[in-house]
Amino acid sequence: MNAAPTAAVVADTLDKRFGATQALGGVSFSVEAGELFGFVGPDGGGKTTLFRILATLMLPTAGSARVLGADVVRDLWSLRPRIGYMPGRFSLYPDLSVVENLQFFAAVFGTTIAAARAQIAPIYSQLEPFNDRRAGALSGGMKQKLALCCALVHRPEILLLDEPTTGVDAVSRREFWDLLGDLKRSGITILVSTPYMDEATRCDRVALMQRGQLLATDTPQRIAASFDRPLLAVHAADRYRALLALREWPRTRAVYPFGESLHYVDARAAARPEAIAPEVAAFLTGRGFTDVHVSTATPTVEDAFIARMGAPDGAHRA
Amino acid sequence: MTADAAITAHELTRRFGGFTAVDRITFDVRAGEVFGFLGANGAGKTTAIRMLTGLLAPSSGRATVAGYDIAREAERIKRRIGYMSQRFSLYEDLTVRENIRLYGGIYGLSDRDIDDRTTRLLARLGLEHAAGQFVRAIPLGWRQKLAFSVALLHQPRVVFLDEPTSGVDPITRRQFWELIYEAAAAGTTVLVTTHYMDEAEYCDRISIMVAGRIAALGTPAELKRSFTVSSIDDLFVRLARET
Repeated sequence: MNAAPTAAVVADTLDKRFGATQALGGVSFSVEAGELFGFVGPDGGGKTTLFRILATLMLPTAGSARVLGADVVRDLWSLRPRIGYMPGRFSLYPDLSVVENLQFFAAVFGTTIAAARAQIAPIYSQLEPFNDRRAGALSGGMKQKLALCCALVHRPEILLLDEPTTGVDAVSRREFWDLLGDLKRSGITILVSTPYMDEATRCDRVALMQRGQLLATDTPQRIAASFDRPLLAVHAADRYRALLALREWPRTRAVYPFGESLHYVDARAAARPEAIAPEVAAFLTGRGFTDVHVSTATPTVEDAFIARMGAPDGAHRA
Repeated sequence: MTADAAITAHELTRRFGGFTAVDRITFDVRAGEVFGFLGANGAGKTTAIRMLTGLLAPSSGRATVAGYDIAREAERIKRRIGYMSQRFSLYEDLTVRENIRLYGGIYGLSDRDIDDRTTRLLARLGLEHAAGQFVRAIPLGWRQKLAFSVALLHQPRVVFLDEPTSGVDPITRRQFWELIYEAAAAGTTVLVTTHYMDEAEYCDRISIMVAGRIAALGTPAELKRSFTVSSIDDLFVRLARET
């Protein structure tokens, strides 16, 4: 794989097997220095395995990866202090206070909170009022901020954040992404994974990941725009019945709930959505549905993911 | 409170020492309704659900579930509700069929009922081929759909779903919601929590808890209109930031 000289991470056909299970199947990508790069996909897709390999905590079965120019297997000891890793599972000491956790992680890497002050300031300023609170007694959102702070306290050159927003409420998630935006402006490279498709838009580039494979790697805008079929947003009074009715219509390629509407994908790939909208409305009205409103919709990363992923993880056997 | 209410809560309150986790919440859920129970982490959702499922006594106020009083008739409630969460639902070291049999037994179904319902459940989910597999060996998406169906095995009047779709792929997440709609259409009342704000839009009505109180209650469309926001996500963030 030819990577630009500024690449912060280069993964080349990474494979990881656990017995008969293939967790990663030939994953290749590269991340530029200073990029905020997201791995987006459901549980079981291989995100955690990938992050553990990049963080030098697990050996790949085959393939190789370089982080900050260093090999994740051969250069383990020189590389590890340059990486800030935040595991998916909360891994701080619940019985230590906020400041004690920070002191501990600083000491492990031979530094102090004071030395890292400038780098952790945007996050630590939010935590400092709770300095003496036990980490285990923090709210979900504050725990994640403390974990981020602990991952940063030795002033790493790259951050690997494994699902930092999973199980965290929508408000705390926004705040966390705002913090990542601030950190990115300081120049640090950030790799972050998430199961929430809407968070893809907060990244410079994303890789869509499912069952150990990358389905696509690009900017969120280009991934969304790669959805190349006519897409409509359908509203009707009885949404569930409207969904079932549309599914029986021969012109339907796919129809699924999407926020407050249904997203309808027409089987005629080349048709103009504006031309199809009245047809769909007429079909539903003819079936007795009321309050029918059909408009063109702009595809999102989630639409693109659905179109690319093929069979879902919970699919009925074909 | 209407006659066909599956859940009624009136001034329901729970204090832990000096901390009021749930502060005089009042709401009804109609039979067959899909009710989204939203709120930030720590807003009091879990405490409220523990009271409504008969696991925790209220400090004050009243509530009924499936017609039974949560303070005086908690044991009756437990027989008439279903519950599933992302964290715990099925036994991973039992097979699919054994899990169904276990839950059927716990809820006192006859062997014949268990056999009949197992057959129907496996057919509905297209899981006949996996009946003998350990739950830990089947994909998360299947597991969550199976857990939901098992929570409905004893045909409860009300089912509580605590973040049932967390981490599930986008297609399976939507298939899961179709199972919810199907159960609701058959008369089961569904109370569901989620961190996916698009799923809030899938509910008939939602409530948003902030600091122990219900700060908003209504259909998603009504709430967006009355708070003049474009999405439930925006409303959620606005309410949480006002505190």
